[in-house]
Amino acid sequence: MTTFALPIPKRPTHPTGILNWITTIDHKKIGVLYGVTAFILFLTGGIEALLIRMQLAAPGMDFVSPEIYNQLFTMHGTTMIFLAIMPMGAAFFNYLIPLQIGARDVAFPRLNAFSYWTFLAGAIMLKSSWFLGGAPNAGWFGYAPITEIAYNPGHGIDFWILSLQVLGIASLAAAFNFIVTIINLRAPGMTLMRLPVFTWMTLITSILLVLAFPVITVALIELMFDRFYGMNFFNPVRGGNPVLWQHLFWVFGHPEVYILILPAMGLVSEIIPTFSKKPLFGYPVVIFSGIVIGFMGWMVWSHHMFTVGLGAVANSIFAITTMLIAVPTGVKIFNWIATMWKGSIDFNKTAMLYSIGFIFLFIIGGLSGVMHSSAASDAQQQDTYFIVAHIHYVLFGGAIMALLGGVYFYFPKITGKLMDESLGKINFWLTFIGMNLTFFPMHFSGMDGMPRRIYTYTSEMGWDLWNLISTFGVFIMGAGILIFVLNIVYSYLRGKESGNDPWDARTIEWAIPSPTPEYNFKKIPLIHSVDAFWEFKRNGTPIEPASGASENSEDEKNIHLPQPSYWPMVVSIGIMLAAYGMIFGLPISILGTIIGFIGVYAWSLEPVNEPEQH
Amino acid sequence: MSAEEHNHPNASKYFKIAIILCVLTALEFGVFYLEFLSYGIIPILTVLSVGKFALVIMYYMHLKFDSKLFTYIFLAGLFLATLVTFALMILLDWF
Amino acid sequence: MKTENIKHEENEHSYTGLNSKKLLMWAFLGSDCMFFAALIATYLVNMGNNPPGTPFPEDVFSIPITTVSTFVLLMSSMSMVLSYASLSQNKIKAFRVWLLSTVILGATFVGFQIFEFYEFSHHEVKVECGDLIDASKREKLTDLQVKIGDEKCIEGVKKVSEKVPLTPQVNLFGSTFFTLTGFHGGHVTFGIIWLLSLLIYSFKGNVSPLNLDLAALYWHFVDVVWIVIFTVVYLFGVFPGY
Ligand code: HEM
Ligand SMILES: [Cu+2]
Repeated sequence: MTTFALPIPKRPTHPTGILNWITTIDHKKIGVLYGVTAFILFLTGGIEALLIRMQLAAPGMDFVSPEIYNQLFTMHGTTMIFLAIMPMGAAFFNYLIPLQIGARDVAFPRLNAFSYWTFLAGAIMLKSSWFLGGAPNAGWFGYAPITEIAYNPGHGIDFWILSLQVLGIASLAAAFNFIVTIINLRAPGMTLMRLPVFTWMTLITSILLVLAFPVITVALIELMFDRFYGMNFFNPVRGGNPVLWQHLFWVFGHPEVYILILPAMGLVSEIIPTFSKKPLFGYPVVIFSGIVIGFMGWMVWSHHMFTVGLGAVANSIFAITTMLIAVPTGVKIFNWIATMWKGSIDFNKTAMLYSIGFIFLFIIGGLSGVMHSSAASDAQQQDTYFIVAHIHYVLFGGAIMALLGGVYFYFPKITGKLMDESLGKINFWLTFIGMNLTFFPMHFSGMDGMPRRIYTYTSEMGWDLWNLISTFGVFIMGAGILIFVLNIVYSYLRGKESGNDPWDARTIEWAIPSPTPEYNFKKIPLIHSVDAFWEFKRNGTPIEPASGASENSEDEKNIHLPQPSYWPMVVSIGIMLAAYGMIFGLPISILGTIIGFIGVYAWSLEPVNEPEQH
Repeated sequence: MSAEEHNHPNASKYFKIAIILCVLTALEFGVFYLEFLSYGIIPILTVLSVGKFALVIMYYMHLKFDSKLFTYIFLAGLFLATLVTFALMILLDWF
Repeated sequence: MKTENIKHEENEHSYTGLNSKKLLMWAFLGSDCMFFAALIATYLVNMGNNPPGTPFPEDVFSIPITTVSTFVLLMSSMSMVLSYASLSQNKIKAFRVWLLSTVILGATFVGFQIFEFYEFSHHEVKVECGDLIDASKREKLTDLQVKIGDEKCIEGVKKVSEKVPLTPQVNLFGSTFFTLTGFHGGHVTFGIIWLLSLLIYSFKGNVSPLNLDLAALYWHFVDVVWIVIFTVVYLFGVFPGY
């Protein structure tokens, strides 16, 4: 086909070492990269939280300065949402989706590598703001006009805007990739109603992502234009409308909270049936309520704006839709409980403990959510620690608990080794108890009127005890997380061999060897039912290779895998420079754009290495 | 390419559609200056531009001849986009 | 062997039988709808929130000129689809000619837009003083014309004018208009670069109908967005009902 020589180097072939990781487009390695990076960033966000709690431990503290305090809570929220929970979800998408649907890789492997490197670029950019003149300080939802240049002249907000844009590119690219992968790369016979629940939740999450992120992109562009070019979008002095920012942010923001929780729900839906030795109760209902949540997630955003003064009609409508969305959420909880009902539950597995912990804590978070879905009641709760309690019960008690459980569950799949269950139990109970000690008292301090995002308070307010307990809890939670790190390292080095299917699991990713071979499935399987592997083990329905799947071959050397590439990372570097240049000078932006273009052209033109002669 | 490409309309069909598009644009232009229509021009112009929109996506973007899945994916985005736009206009007291 | 190898490059296996890249493209277009919706919504909700004395849509827009540029973009869509049809029938020469004309028409559209931006940012309000006195004619003038006329028309002066540029900074109409149409123009420019790249590549290698189709889908999408912008921003913008 190519009749001329392109000045583009051949595909790299680095079987090992750092260059292998840089050029890899193997979804499993990218998944691991995502997971490790996100976990490190999770720790940085945790340190920020620890500093916040130190400052609030007692009234009148002066542990950090007020300026630093504002930056701490902004960075904490932004980090946890965009740099920790979302990419931890992405880590599982990457590792699991091709395995769960019986594919060799994702639909666009290079685009997948690009997502990771761009995510890393955005993370570096946001975190570097600490060292380049001050972090953002306007809260994770950056309400205008406090983010306008007149009130916030430093570069912190600029870092926030630009790094969120870069992260948005990464998330969008990944979401498109997974939508196409799940629709198109399923193994023969894997109809939509035979998809594992985690895959379903990934599909819904990805659809939410591609529809929600453009909105925040536009809002950020407008804010950036206000700041950089003196436009008037959110500047009330010139007729601009700060409430529009709130609307645009929450049109994105509420779907975003489901983007954070749906992958966690998917993981729990894999873990609970496995350790209850029963199929998931009401599989179609779980899927359906996931879809309903995804759909209704678009109709509730103004519940974040009950105190803005939208009027009684708007407030009532959004209150009702918010109450309604708790229904499909509750349905799922009943499904998990019914799955465990009369099952032979294995309480000895940390993954299961985390899943039960998830249900327990998520119910508490869901209940406080329903409490402030009533506009009148929310008027008392808005912007108090009660909301902080809610978001931490759903995000820590929900998302993080499920993700940690997922790590325990899938660690053997990734490494071929079991994680230590005794350390695991210490890890779980410390995290669980610490979490409740930290966040439960916030219900009370919130009810007593303690506003969020205040630097300090006086003793007369009567919030001393609750805050002291909260700060105490953080240390226990931190100890739990440290043990988790310890367990990962220990198990990676010394863990017991797990065998291929340590949990007697249900879905087809466990039918292949652990750790997963590079080509995943030697033969693309033909799927006859949901939980195909379980059917095979219990009823002997074999997982035979799909006849006619062109990828199948007798000899694993003949399996064609997508080849590594340098260019995804080059494009990401270009994007990062372009973004930095918006702050540090146009020439850097131009350089970044040029690098980006070179990368894109090389990407689309780079040759495919000749296959091995066979 | 695959079979789907073969039942695509031919060049003369594309010309005809282009002519319809031009006529619709000319109509939009004309209607705009008919002052007696007053607020009536809003529905008329809306219908005309929706018609143009539909023609382009159905024929030029060959949604009419392609898998329905493409149509659903695109319309999902378009539908939500319209909904959000109107919701924002209502919430921000445009009407 | 080569073609088989290329097949594996982006995991060509497909459950639905649909091409993965095309699926990706449609998902992207669905997502881009939300992008433009947010921009258009911003434009709409801010309509009329402008300080008096600054240009409004009816001051600066020239519907005839924009109708012409709309026409140009529609024609580019036609030549795009003809280029695709030619390539599908392996008529390479016709494919190139139509592709080049698409690029030229697209560039003309961007040229119109640059001209418009320049005109708007150097806008000069002109008033015939006689019109101010005649009630029926006065009714037709824009608020800005009336304001400037009333200020400047004195005995013996027939015509007055004043420079009132529309910039992204002067008012919300400027901010929202330039941002919305600027991003649309950016989309068109990106499309031009894409199509040109394909055109150049067609002399060196083979452009597959699929690869052209992807670019074409993008191009037509940008066109339909303009169809919406033309009606909502331009026609409704000048319509005196508002
Ligand atoms: C049972 C379903 C839920 C209901 C009814 C609900 C309701 C609400 C309401 C009304 C608010 C606004 C409170 C205020 O600011 O005054 C809120 C805030 C919030 N919710 Fe939920 N919620 C639910 C589930 C979730 C889930 C599953 C998540 C995420 C995983 C979540 C994350 C958040 C976050 C992050 C905020 C606070 C945003 C902020 O102000 O910083 N919620 N919720
Ligand atoms: Cu919400």
